Amino acid sequence: MLNTQPNLQACDDFYEALIATHQGLSTPESHAMNARLVLLLANHIGDQATLQHALQLARGSAVPTADRRTTPAITPVVPTHAVAA
Amino acid sequence: MNPRDIPPEAFHASGAEVQALDFGYVRSPDQDHATPAQHPVVVIGAGPVGLSLAIDLAQRGQRVVVLDNDHKLSIGSRAICFAKRTLEIWDRLGVGQRMVDKGVSWNLGKVFLKDEQLYEFNLLPEEGHERPAFINLQQYYAEAYLVERALQLPGIDIRWHNKVTAVQSRDGGALLSIDTPDGAYQIDAQWLVACDGARSPTRQMLGLESKGRIFQDRFLIADVKLADEANFPTERWFWFDPPFHPNQSVLLHRQPDNVWRIDFQLGWDADPEEEKKPENIIPRVKALLGADAQFELDWASVYTFACLRMDQFVHGRVVFAGDSAHGVSPFGARGANSGVQDAENLAWKLDWVLKGRASPALVATYGPEREYAADENLCNSTRATDFITPKSEVSRLFRDAALHLAREHAFARRIVNSGRLSVPATLYASPLSTPDTDAFVGTQVPGAVLLDAPLTKQGQPTWLLRELGPDFTLLVFGPAPAWTRDLPGVKVLQIGIDVTDHQARAAQRLDALPGTAYLVRPDQHVCARWRTPTEAAVRSALAHATAAAL
Repeated sequence: MLNTQPNLQACDDFYEALIATHQGLSTPESHAMNARLVLLLANHIGDQATLQHALQLARGSAVPTADRRTTPAITPVVPTHAVAA
Repeated sequence: MNPRDIPPEAFHASGAEVQALDFGYVRSPDQDHATPAQHPVVVIGAGPVGLSLAIDLAQRGQRVVVLDNDHKLSIGSRAICFAKRTLEIWDRLGVGQRMVDKGVSWNLGKVFLKDEQLYEFNLLPEEGHERPAFINLQQYYAEAYLVERALQLPGIDIRWHNKVTAVQSRDGGALLSIDTPDGAYQIDAQWLVACDGARSPTRQMLGLESKGRIFQDRFLIADVKLADEANFPTERWFWFDPPFHPNQSVLLHRQPDNVWRIDFQLGWDADPEEEKKPENIIPRVKALLGADAQFELDWASVYTFACLRMDQFVHGRVVFAGDSAHGVSPFGARGANSGVQDAENLAWKLDWVLKGRASPALVATYGPEREYAADENLCNSTRATDFITPKSEVSRLFRDAALHLAREHAFARRIVNSGRLSVPATLYASPLSTPDTDAFVGTQVPGAVLLDAPLTKQGQPTWLLRELGPDFTLLVFGPAPAWTRDLPGVKVLQIGIDVTDHQARAAQRLDALPGTAYLVRPDQHVCARWRTPTEAAVRSALAHATAAAL
């Protein structure tokens, strides 16, 4: 479950740091940095239901489903008999 | 030449000679029948899927007619990555070892962005499996070995130069009209299986559709034969946006005979006829291999692709398998591999129904099982395609972010998707499975393909999958109860008595304790399991797995 209650230890410090991190970047560079930031934070959270909830809140409207007739369970990415280093 | 007179060594010849094999037209006695001859099973299409199906059925004692409008094997590399599961199926069909002997086993992959290697991955095969994760083998070799095997089986009648021109589906079968070099004739099929490829004339003749997404992109395949063996290592290389082919992707794969398959993404605006010209291909290849590389262009093709499938694969007595039923993008090697799994799923069901051991309801379960598997393949294939060729600005932004992070961060390498390689579908919702009533851990749930494991039998090494029976198998860890001997058509395999699990891998993979039993279908999928099986439970699961209760 996504925690939307106040949870940032130092919210003003974080916000300042976030803006500062973008300083000197062009708008495309800032977009790219934001995208990397989303991926890093998503990996940290890890839990799919929490992330799904965050995606929904961020969009502010219903999240469209992928353009497929069904979304089946996916077998593991790596074949079960092999390990990817 | 009459195909049955082709000497066996012709099927083991060089790539050029195999591709030159020409299967002659042989007039069938059916063509002189006053009324259409009756056949239990007719398969349309002698590709990897149709041939695998026909061999499986013939090994089970069925008579099969295979109709093919052509008279040659596949030209060019086409399907090249054959997965472990396909090799295991082909082992049952008597051709697995030949495929592995000729194919190139690979396990190292490298991913590049622009001129920089982002990371490499190693598909190190886990110990204790007979077959490798993948082999690369040109489709014509795979087809040659399958045709050779089919010709050894008296039950298979392959008719080359036989083009189906009309299909009339009805209760209890289908009437086929067929054109040959010396006239038309008709035959009557009790069951008809269309394995006639993505454009499936059978599908069109029956007015059925395949629906989904068409991708507006074009790819060039160039098969090049390198003069120098040592030029490149046996690795799969994938480039995003390389300097020699900016803004597009490129895939390089090794095949037997020092042939390299290169896939160049071209974009939608490319002119396929222009791109197929050697004078346009050679500079692209040189840009990759280096200006002084010595190579010959073996074959080239420009393709587009779609991710589509039919709503239903079973239409009365007409069944669709392989590309005719579902089409995927090439990323992940999910086309031919899933088609061969279709064939395996269907073969035993048709066999049981034709022998009167099960009702046609059993064949009908091929539909939901393989439609589910097709959805899984389509989903993976579509995701890979969307990653490789982003369809929007923001999709490209995240794609590039993942690539950027992949240089240093393992989590991002998991996100990078240049094709999730084919694994067999676990049929979680199969109507043939009996849900667990006991607690188990691991992957071997009802619906999963049984994992292989090394065993010994009378002191000799063997493998779990090789010890399964042609029909159902009841695996029992330890001595099997006496009543198991009376189960009709079930091979009872006692682990620890008939065979020894000397490395304890079977027990570990199946989460087994003494007395644990697994019921395995003829296509090697688990359909039920128990900590302590009872006769009533096993008989009920068997009835369930043969659709007796449906």
